[in-house]
Amino acid sequence: MTDLRPLCDLAIIGAGPAGLSAAVAARAAGAGHVVVLEREAEPGGIPRHCGHSPYGMREFRRVMGGRAYAARLAAEARAAGAEIHCETSVIAIHPGGRLLVSTPKGAMEIGARRVLLATGCRETSRAARLIGGEKPGGILNTGALQGLVYLQGITPFRRPLIVGSELVAFSALLTCRHAGMRPVGMAAPEARPLARWPAGLLPRLMGVPFWGRTRIAAIHGHDRVTGVTLEGPDGPRDLACDGVILSGRFRPENALALTGHLEIDPATRGPVVDSDGRCSDPAYFAAGNALRGVETAGWCWAEGRRIGVAIAADLARGLPSPTLTVAAEGALAYALPARIRPGSDGLPDLQLRAARPLRGRLTLTLDGTEILSRTISARPERRITLPLSILPAGASGRLVVRLEEGG
Amino acid sequence: MTRPAPVADSPFDAAIIGGGVIGCALARRFTLEGARVVLIERAADVLDGASKGNSAILHTGFDAPPGSLELACVQAGYREYLDIHESLNLPLIRSGAMVIAWTEDEATALPDLIAQARENGVDDVEPLTVAGVRALEAGLGPGVRAAFRVPGEYLVDPWSAPHAYLRQAVENGARLMTSAALLSAEYDGAAWHLDTARGPVRARFAINAAGNFGDLVDEILHGRRDFTLRPRKGQFVVYDKAAARLAGHILLPVPSKITKGIVVCRTAFGNLIVGPTAEDQDDRARAELVPETLAALMRRGEEILPGLKGMEVTATYAGLRPATEFKDYQIRAHDGRAAITVGGIRSTGLSSALGTARHVWGLAQGMGLAGRPVAAPVVPRMPALTDEGTRDWQCPGNGGIVCHCEMVTRREIEAALSGPIPAQTLAGLKRRTRVTMGRCQGFYCSAELARITAGRLAVPMTGDADIGSETGGGHADD
Repeated sequence: MTDLRPLCDLAIIGAGPAGLSAAVAARAAGAGHVVVLEREAEPGGIPRHCGHSPYGMREFRRVMGGRAYAARLAAEARAAGAEIHCETSVIAIHPGGRLLVSTPKGAMEIGARRVLLATGCRETSRAARLIGGEKPGGILNTGALQGLVYLQGITPFRRPLIVGSELVAFSALLTCRHAGMRPVGMAAPEARPLARWPAGLLPRLMGVPFWGRTRIAAIHGHDRVTGVTLEGPDGPRDLACDGVILSGRFRPENALALTGHLEIDPATRGPVVDSDGRCSDPAYFAAGNALRGVETAGWCWAEGRRIGVAIAADLARGLPSPTLTVAAEGALAYALPARIRPGSDGLPDLQLRAARPLRGRLTLTLDGTEILSRTISARPERRITLPLSILPAGASGRLVVRLEEGG
Repeated sequence: MTRPAPVADSPFDAAIIGGGVIGCALARRFTLEGARVVLIERAADVLDGASKGNSAILHTGFDAPPGSLELACVQAGYREYLDIHESLNLPLIRSGAMVIAWTEDEATALPDLIAQARENGVDDVEPLTVAGVRALEAGLGPGVRAAFRVPGEYLVDPWSAPHAYLRQAVENGARLMTSAALLSAEYDGAAWHLDTARGPVRARFAINAAGNFGDLVDEILHGRRDFTLRPRKGQFVVYDKAAARLAGHILLPVPSKITKGIVVCRTAFGNLIVGPTAEDQDDRARAELVPETLAALMRRGEEILPGLKGMEVTATYAGLRPATEFKDYQIRAHDGRAAITVGGIRSTGLSSALGTARHVWGLAQGMGLAGRPVAAPVVPRMPALTDEGTRDWQCPGNGGIVCHCEMVTRREIEAALSGPIPAQTLAGLKRRTRVTMGRCQGFYCSAELARITAGRLAVPMTGDADIGSETGGGHADD
């Protein structure tokens, strides 16, 4: 591996699906010196430690395991001429593309004409969930569990409780089965699993009870987890278990943006971007789950590819500024991107999420004129997309997207 | 786990019971004065009781009761910390504190507090107008009535400091025994015969620094107690590093008779904490987090600093202060029994530890414990864990960063797992290095950390997971 040079055209932070696909696309579209900075020892991101899930359908038209998929993404990026630097952490970002970087050889500063934040997302920790009780060992997010099982061959517990019912909760269930763990059950605040069929059938197939409308009130144990108190429809009850897997509730890993100078969208917790993926400092772009938690690897890959093309265009000839601002109203949790340049080749859709499950009317108005209105059935964990191609070319002004109950 | 061979036949000069901040400071002071010291800790690692969760402030003693032993110890401890922190490479964030009145009642209490501070010798306190407060702390919420500034209140690292004290003791000859709960004790008129979970110990003096178990240890030593512990739980919320910009000073409320109240301050590690609560409880070991209380702390924090709204919570913790029925410290020499009880160190232990240790050494000398001070003591340099110093990740050859949130390197973790006071538990490793203490709370680095620590902790990180090591699947009981 060559040493990291002090100057580059594009520095991509994070070698997951979004970052690696952006590297390939940017190189193919003519970007010069492209480096991918990865803090882990191997490229690939989260799929690297998912041994089981189906990856690669969208990207390579075949079903792959996570590790093979990650390796393929990295190989493509290298073949496209991008340099991947592992064990290389970006410590801080500064205006204009200056990055403070740590390598095993020590710290250095590099300058990049453009920077892509492709730092992915992570699950919400026990602390941020404000779960009560003690703080014994044996409380893990799915990501940490999969790292232990698939990367280190370690079985951290035998009879864990799985908390949550998003798709990742079922990934945790499969990870448990792979390692010979027998979960005592799955508990989630929702009445029915949030994940789409057929994942929701898995617990029954595996003989693991699913407890809906249930929250975890307290964790017990001094050194190791000895049990939990659950609060369900029938009141509180104690349950013995030797571990707790806290799954889902993904949030962008946005530490660099947050402690740096970029504008953050409080709704997505990711950096504010326009439809080219450009941040409040135009030297910075963002793609993938750094924008919001959580989409699939395939979605992030596609997003990275498009933003990679946009960055190459920006490097070559500059990108025009966005002309539309976006406001999310009513029962919408967020709308992404926050600014739009009609005709942009970047993000193809307005990405929306509902704040709560509801049937209602989704409207899009441009400076008071309604462009679109449709009835939808929305659930917070499911994405809603509106293609930006419906916007008139050259449109400018204020775009309001609104979700209202009923209608 | 196999028991080690019994400790050497020749008696120690002093057995210190309890490896909290007070026990660590006592071990250092007694060792430096020339005593042969053994420190006995019931848990698998030190700082596992009252000292594991506090607000990490170095207090001036401005609000301590005038004339109290607590005040004397806090002020002596404060001075000594300022003297030694640079040589031990311990951080000191000179933030200053602000005592803020949010109600008219509180505002009327301020002049007395200022007078008390001056009586206590803290004469640089400075009354502030509301405009003056705002000029210094623009992020404060509405409703400030009055305030004063205490420039000498500082932020410290609550774990590196006691680790440094203990390490200096051990590197100058003291002995540390962990997982060594005191089971029984007998004084034969010349020496103490202590039976511990790790074997017998003989010592001329027995010093009880057992924190939340101080009264129970006195029962074992003397068959009686002079006070009763009723731990006071304090819950805290730790916010992400982005929140540390919101406040420069330690923001103190006007204290009540029971508690110093809810503090908002930065930490030496660049986070921001809100806490503690003050909840009396009977349980001496379990400090449970209560979601509703944490949410209430967050609401209070957001009233004080509205910018906290929406900030990410990095961690939550609860500590137990060793409160007794008495307000002041309970430090007592047991005449004729070569024993000293150092109890009831409620909430100022971190600030007072070095001063308390000097005071107790004075008592021990008065009871006939003499020593020749170590002529040129070893002075350990602690790893720099705050941004005040050069962090290991900035230096070549660090083996790469393992914990990305707190920027902890492989070399730092290796050093904490070996060395004179090696980490015995994951919690101990966290306190020594900050590994997994950041915003992701181990999402990214747990797997690698489990690999690095496999077979090297008394309490393994992952249940029966020390696969490949020959531990037989069990883990140490304690």
